[in-house]
Amino acid sequence: MIWNLEHYKDNIALICETGITVSYEELNKIGKQIADTCGGRCLVFVMCQNTLGSVLGYTAFTNNDIVSVLLSAHMDRQLLDNLVETYKPAYIWAPEEKKADYAAFGNTECPAYMVYDYVLIKTGFAVSYPLHDDLCLMLTTSGSTGSPKFVRQSYTNVEHNARSIVQYLELNATERPITTLPMNYTYGLSIINSHLMVGATILLTQKGIMQKEFWQFFKEHNATSFGGVPYTYEMLDRLRFYRMNLPSLRYMTQAGGKLTSELHKKFAEYANLVGKKFIVMYGQCEATARMGYLPAEKSLDKCGSVGIAIPGGKFHLIDMNGEEITSPNTVGELVYEGKNVTMGYAEKGDDLLLGDERKGVLETGDMAQVDSEGFYYIVGRKKRFLKIYGNRVNLDEIDCMIKNYFHITDVVSAGVDDQMYIFLTDEEIASDVRQYVAEKTRINPVAFKMFVIDEIPKNESGKVLFSALTQYYE
Amino acid sequence: MSNLEKYVNAFVEGLGVDKDIVKPGLEYQAIAEWDSVGHMGLISSIEETFDIMMETDDIIDLSSFEKGKEILATKYDIAF
Repeated sequence: MIWNLEHYKDNIALICETGITVSYEELNKIGKQIADTCGGRCLVFVMCQNTLGSVLGYTAFTNNDIVSVLLSAHMDRQLLDNLVETYKPAYIWAPEEKKADYAAFGNTECPAYMVYDYVLIKTGFAVSYPLHDDLCLMLTTSGSTGSPKFVRQSYTNVEHNARSIVQYLELNATERPITTLPMNYTYGLSIINSHLMVGATILLTQKGIMQKEFWQFFKEHNATSFGGVPYTYEMLDRLRFYRMNLPSLRYMTQAGGKLTSELHKKFAEYANLVGKKFIVMYGQCEATARMGYLPAEKSLDKCGSVGIAIPGGKFHLIDMNGEEITSPNTVGELVYEGKNVTMGYAEKGDDLLLGDERKGVLETGDMAQVDSEGFYYIVGRKKRFLKIYGNRVNLDEIDCMIKNYFHITDVVSAGVDDQMYIFLTDEEIASDVRQYVAEKTRINPVAFKMFVIDEIPKNESGKVLFSALTQYYE
Repeated sequence: MSNLEKYVNAFVEGLGVDKDIVKPGLEYQAIAEWDSVGHMGLISSIEETFDIMMETDDIIDLSSFEKGKEILATKYDIAF
């Protein structure tokens, strides 16, 4: 049991767009009914959206020993088919209005359980994979490309990270965060996890910050906080957010990639001026969610920094040989230690039985340096991936996906955050490739720019020369 | 070019879509291109086309092809 729902039974846990409220008592009671229907520990795919049923199901499973895999309710169907086949979940928890889409997996006409907008569909697989006792939930690292790779998070991971967040954000029952991120995204989920810990009220909306209804809901229910990826803050800037009158707002958090120093400064200054807090944070799905944060009072002083390790965690830097770097302002790979470092990955059904493979230490793959006062700055990345609108997109997986689908070999992707460049030699398929990648990743096509070139630059052993590609976009 | 033609063009450029689909009935989130990301591009494109600076309330209220015309006509004196 992660959350003591009974303790806050008289508090309101959730309020949705249509005004329906769910108390902690109801969350607890319905949760037990859902878990009873499942009949014990098993694997459930939760098709997520920011609505009552979605959160109710997730808390039911998580608090009652059932392992959930959190996926987007809008994910590509073919990718979902692959995941269902790979992991053989016992149930699928899905939006009622889309139940026909799931008919191939089980009986959707008479679902095993139904509450608010969600149904529990029994899949009827003859076999199921055994689950490790510590396994709490799984999230995708880059669900967008449909890789079957999940991050395995333990009960200890989820609980520790949530408690740490509660501590540094000083959360209590009076908080009313409004959803701005999907709950199958580690950052969005951490907001839910930490607020249920303290008996706060979560405002659930499917609407985005570019919609009038979002702000109406925000004001009507006095939202106190929201989170955003760099792109969210670019949009807020574009909306001239600084002029909006939001008296209930207490603080804003930012994670999911590096915000430009200019915007960091703008929001920090705005927050200081109007007596709110702007908190830049750093995290990864592999560390459950959160690893670092920049305390609000340092947000201007240390502009551009991701701050210090969260309570209970530790950062250090290592050089190419794995030796610890002790001098300030020297770039090395950022290593994090803490109880929120996840167990490892799963890539197939048998992996669900694996134990803790990381022993509390995570090499983040991010290159960073630390100043003389102990504040960390991310300067680059070791691995080939981009953050596009906060989503981690693995470039090698994108290349692989295109090659397989179009039966071509000459394609390679590169780019910077929020802008991917896809290089290929066949002009005729360029626009089809762009459309295909946008469809599969469910990311706006403007994020993908195509370059038709004569030849993909490679070295003598056939490895792509990524450095030769940057001339096209830098 | 008439204001309506300019308006349609702003959608084509701002959202990166074909001209055929820019017509009455087109709504926010009805196509993959018009999500929050696309909306930013669309607003920039409209502002540039008509040389205006839209108010926050109008930016978040522009939820369909028709609504946009109405906002431009009533708040920014653009006649269609």
